[in-house]
Amino acid sequence: MLIRNGRVIDPAQEIDASRDVLISDGRIAAIEPRIETAEAEVVNATGLVVTPGLIDLHVHLREPGFEYKETIESGARAAVAGGFTSVCCMPNTRPVNDNSSITSFIVTRGRMAGLANIFPIGAITAGSQGERLAEIGEMKEAGIVAISDDGRPVTDSGIMRRALEYATELGLPVVDHCEDCCGAAGWAMHEGEFSALMGLRGLPGAAEDLHVARDLILAEMTGARLHIAHISTARSVELVREARRRGVRVTCEVTPHHFTLTDADLYHSGYDTNFKMAPPLRSAADREAILAGIADGTIDAIATDHAPHHVNEKMVEFDHAPNGIIGLETAVPLALDRLVHRGLITLPRLVSLLSTEPARIFNLDRGSLRVGAVADVTIIDPERVQRIDATRFASSSSNSPFGGWELKGAVVATIVAGRVVFSATSGAAPERGTESP
Amino acid sequence: MPLQRKDLLAIADLRAEEIELILDTAETFRDVSTRQIKKVPPLRGKTVINLFFEASTRTRTSFEIAAKRLSADAINISASTSSVVKGETLVDTALNLQAMAPDAIVIRHSSAGAPHRIAGIVRASVINAGDGAHEHPTQALLDALTIRHRKGRLADLKVAIIGDILHSRVARSNIHLLTRMGADVVLAGPRTLLPFDLLRGVEAGSGSLRFATSVEEAIRGADVVMTLRIQLERQSGGFFPSLREYSIRYGLNRRRLELAKSDAIILHPGPINRGVEIDSDVADGSSSVILDQVENGVAVRMAVLYLLAGGESS
Repeated sequence: MLIRNGRVIDPAQEIDASRDVLISDGRIAAIEPRIETAEAEVVNATGLVVTPGLIDLHVHLREPGFEYKETIESGARAAVAGGFTSVCCMPNTRPVNDNSSITSFIVTRGRMAGLANIFPIGAITAGSQGERLAEIGEMKEAGIVAISDDGRPVTDSGIMRRALEYATELGLPVVDHCEDCCGAAGWAMHEGEFSALMGLRGLPGAAEDLHVARDLILAEMTGARLHIAHISTARSVELVREARRRGVRVTCEVTPHHFTLTDADLYHSGYDTNFKMAPPLRSAADREAILAGIADGTIDAIATDHAPHHVNEKMVEFDHAPNGIIGLETAVPLALDRLVHRGLITLPRLVSLLSTEPARIFNLDRGSLRVGAVADVTIIDPERVQRIDATRFASSSSNSPFGGWELKGAVVATIVAGRVVFSATSGAAPERGTESP
Repeated sequence: MPLQRKDLLAIADLRAEEIELILDTAETFRDVSTRQIKKVPPLRGKTVINLFFEASTRTRTSFEIAAKRLSADAINISASTSSVVKGETLVDTALNLQAMAPDAIVIRHSSAGAPHRIAGIVRASVINAGDGAHEHPTQALLDALTIRHRKGRLADLKVAIIGDILHSRVARSNIHLLTRMGADVVLAGPRTLLPFDLLRGVEAGSGSLRFATSVEEAIRGADVVMTLRIQLERQSGGFFPSLREYSIRYGLNRRRLELAKSDAIILHPGPINRGVEIDSDVADGSSSVILDQVENGVAVRMAVLYLLAGGESS
């Protein structure tokens, strides 16, 4: 396959130029200003952006255990429809991915789906109960790329310390969901003027700050690789910035909803449960700090925290609704519309946030179009305006607050290991097993 | 002139003229309850459903009497006798009720926002009779009617609200209403139960809102003192050490009441915990208008039902 005349952006090679990309046998064969070949199928990318395949460090695929919300296959279909060639799935399935047989199951199901690469994240503690370490070494052999008890913060500092030390030996990053309970069990939204007005129990920003501060201190002490999931507060961003200055090995990610929405949007939604997630939508000041952190490089990656829930589960009273929204199919349009087109960051920086840096953070053999690399490629039209239609998502769920939004920027095609697995012109991913020449 | 809105979900949504309209209308309904024949015809042929997911005697009875005195057919559904116990969702319950074509649904629910959820899917007018810690609009309206009746106005009155502001839907609705109508509202209570963020959230209109550093400071010079029911579960939640200490530090007693203006009136949304947030001699004293509130509740609910459901059937 020859991707002709696109604007190729590959920060890992410091390329941002018009190039032809030749793919053969599922790998990048050449990147040159002009490649002439008679054999390859030609994809005309004139006016489009060609990037290393996008990588989402934080998704929930719900299989095994919650297949009515999402399966590995439907989640992978949503991933490629959103331009993601790789997704890293959190272990809070049922049973929890805390042992190598579950890890192997997920890897196998991912291969069977044959769409995006599925990289499992293993649990830190058995059953994510926070009490004793899971068999992390065995899970690594089976294919995990990181460990996390996502959804449940590791509350015991002693366990967190051991996890960090043990993971260092295995070369795995530790991903923490930072949420000190702060006496706010049963919270439904961010604590602030809008929780005060709405009569909903608030979770203060300090709940995240406290936990991030503790983790940073432990990371500094152990020298481990810490990755802060879905950072959401101004103070947490500042804590990370300051820790990194001291040389702490910390990275962090932000979700598109946290850089786009605030608790004011929840207030104006009239208790719409598609505005409920953990961490909650924060204040306008927090969002400003998030945007500054994206612009100055403190925030390393954009991750969706794609969290499918069945419509029945969200169709309840606000305080009873589960936390989480889906994000795989809206991340790229939101990032282009809100970050690039508004002049906050450049396109190359966006590619870093969505591919180069995620690959580096989880040590994935992806995130670059260098010759010889697996040919995971995303083709984007930054100028195409689209209206988000939640009823047409490839995901099994539709719990998104962005339905009806008009956003500038769209995914045109997604290529995994040299195979076109999504093309916007055909509307959906081809069925499994369809081979490109 | 009916209200130009389908539902009454929150005082925060109402403009001052709408509040005025409801209070003026309630004023005209006050005497119905004093007549020999306590019934007028405006809602004849209309159906009002009281859908109560939380225990309530006063509010449910008040709505039922209000509907009946307007000649509407009133049906009461409480969560314990409905299909909710069979696991039916709120939305399905609402859709099933809608299928029976009521003109108004009065809902009380322990979850903030539950009335909003229903209002979006039914054609009937939805009236919020208390949703979690959010709002209780008709309570604030009956409080305002009571105050206006005694004081002749709402503007420029100093109103102290004492107690658990954080979890109180009564306080929230009153804060919106009173400040919008020009009163100066002062809040006091245990620091753990004071949501200071309200200062940034409430659009105080021509009135004002502030927090006092003590109950005494809040009451000093007040025209109106409103004390809130303290929920026993707040103690187990660790918000204050004991009911005993609560009563000592924040309870309304005669000594504290002396700080208020000599003609100050005392309101309480009920049911009262005698000896906890209010002493019996205050609750039963000449300053207390607690039973006037209950009386005015019927008139206010008649007004709301009339203004929302009283137009021509569309």
